[in-house]
Amino acid sequence: MSTNHVCALREPLIDGVADLGQVTRDVCDPLDQAPTVAWYGAFAAALCALSFGAVMVIHQVWTGIGAWGLNKTVGWSWDITNFVFWVGIGHAGTLISAILFLFRQKWRTSINRSAEAMTIFAVMCAGVFPLIHMGRPWLAYWVMPYPNPMGPLWVNFRSPLLWDVFAISTYFTISATFWFVGLIPDLATLRDRLPEGWRKRLFGLASLGWSGSHRTWQHYEMVYLLLAGLATPLVFSVHTIVSFDFATSVIPGWHATIFPPYFVCGAIFSGFAMVLTLMIIARKVMNFEGYITLRHIDAMCKVILLTSMIVGLAYSTELLTAYYSSNHYERFAFINRIRGPFAGFYWMMVFCNVLVPQTLWFERIRRDVRVLFVLSILINVGMWLERFVIITISLHRDYLPSSWTSYSPTYVEIGTFIGSFGLFFTCFLLFCRVLPMIAISEVKGVLHAD
Amino acid sequence: MQTKTFVGVFDSGRAVLAAARAARGKGLIIRDAYTPFPVHGMDEALGLPPSWLSRACFALGAAGLTAALSFQYWVSLFNWPMNIGGKPFDASPALIPIAFEITVLVAGVGTVLTLLAFRGLLPGKPAAFSGLGATDDKFLLVLEGRPEAELQAFYREQGALRVEELAGGAR
Repeated sequence: MSTNHVCALREPLIDGVADLGQVTRDVCDPLDQAPTVAWYGAFAAALCALSFGAVMVIHQVWTGIGAWGLNKTVGWSWDITNFVFWVGIGHAGTLISAILFLFRQKWRTSINRSAEAMTIFAVMCAGVFPLIHMGRPWLAYWVMPYPNPMGPLWVNFRSPLLWDVFAISTYFTISATFWFVGLIPDLATLRDRLPEGWRKRLFGLASLGWSGSHRTWQHYEMVYLLLAGLATPLVFSVHTIVSFDFATSVIPGWHATIFPPYFVCGAIFSGFAMVLTLMIIARKVMNFEGYITLRHIDAMCKVILLTSMIVGLAYSTELLTAYYSSNHYERFAFINRIRGPFAGFYWMMVFCNVLVPQTLWFERIRRDVRVLFVLSILINVGMWLERFVIITISLHRDYLPSSWTSYSPTYVEIGTFIGSFGLFFTCFLLFCRVLPMIAISEVKGVLHAD
Repeated sequence: MQTKTFVGVFDSGRAVLAAARAARGKGLIIRDAYTPFPVHGMDEALGLPPSWLSRACFALGAAGLTAALSFQYWVSLFNWPMNIGGKPFDASPALIPIAFEITVLVAGVGTVLTLLAFRGLLPGKPAAFSGLGATDDKFLLVLEGRPEAELQAFYREQGALRVEELAGGAR
């Protein structure tokens, strides 16, 4: 029976699921079964990539970051590109879990759990790059203001790089807290259906004695709302601060007031593409097609289309600003971008981020899972290129022609990037096997409303 | 007198909500309801006041903001003033990003910890009624303080699937 009025023309959020017990079974049963061959294959590949990356990291910590292709002109390249790329991926998770919650978008319930997991793993991958870029990662705690015997000596609170430290660590902590709070009721569901044994005890510890008491639910819902309200400005602040790393400098191509909204939109754009990639795989492999329906995919495609157009607008605004500024250096930075030695990267970026998503105007494309899979990967390639274009192309030819140079990555940088994908997918595949991928209690609430 | 506590097991959110409203109408003492997801309207049915955690969150956020700003000012003005190109020491706009992040951090994590402490959600704590399916597909209503016959009759009338008795007072 319906308690809310739902338009009859609308497809149901959850398809072919009869009752609450079935939701529990559908989400939890895969966790009790042995992993499939496909899972083992994917996990082995991810672990290989992770190990390769670990070897590369050890190598560059041992020899110093001279093992990278950086030089005195191009001081940031693959490392910071990868950092911004991964932080951006994370943003869609918070958007889905927090902003769509505030907008009461019920379709988020099927995908928010895995999107939040994606956020946490992506921020972990992002954190690796500045850490190893320090060269001496065992001194990483120096970026924190702590009382020390070196005289009055503190970090520089006026530095955007320090803002970044606070933004990323806060973002990671709040995302992990939000994720865990959402998990508590589902951990209790797992605990209650498991037979006696170490898994039951483990979930018993983790579920904190959750019993579904309404006196707790009442406060829990308030806390969830508050966290969503806090995470929403947080997610905007994080990529804004990441963009400050560039925008507060004097490099042509970086020094632009458009950067914060441009970066935030790009982050949501790339993050949604990554959610799409993961969900298309997950719904097939885990048999969640009744939960992650074509309606969910269609809604994600619309967000991608919107953010793609904002990103496209930002690209053209950058060009117009450069032209209209009458500033030689600014103009040159953009002429170099579109006609210089890295022009192929720029046009590939425009193709992937602006042209390809235009196909999403057509409903046929928005509901063709195979096409979307390719499209989502193209967008991620495009968004990685965007950061590379901004960072490397702006740096390699700046004010002083005598210091112009080129840049190419070494195998160490490429290997570290591959390793970060290994870390991401290793974590994500373990998550799929250990924790409920779909927020059971939230889906039950939506099932009831429909 | 030993008070008796009875748990009625229902099979839908609507049924348990109707039962809770009826129980409140009849003046029965409702200890709590246990549901797989938050049943909306249950707050009023149980007569619960609005959650005060929003005020706790605001206070924590304000504390975080004050701490972050005052620490940064103390460092920048008194303990370690740095002259960077003659720029002012009290560079307020530059102190905002970190102040904002700390505000969110303290408010977010603090509110969650407050919830866990206030509702006694701690690792290893045994869960009440964990065998009755309130985390799966059953909805429980716990009533107490009335003679057994009256409570049994009430649950039957409300369409409970079954009724279980709990030893006095056990949570």
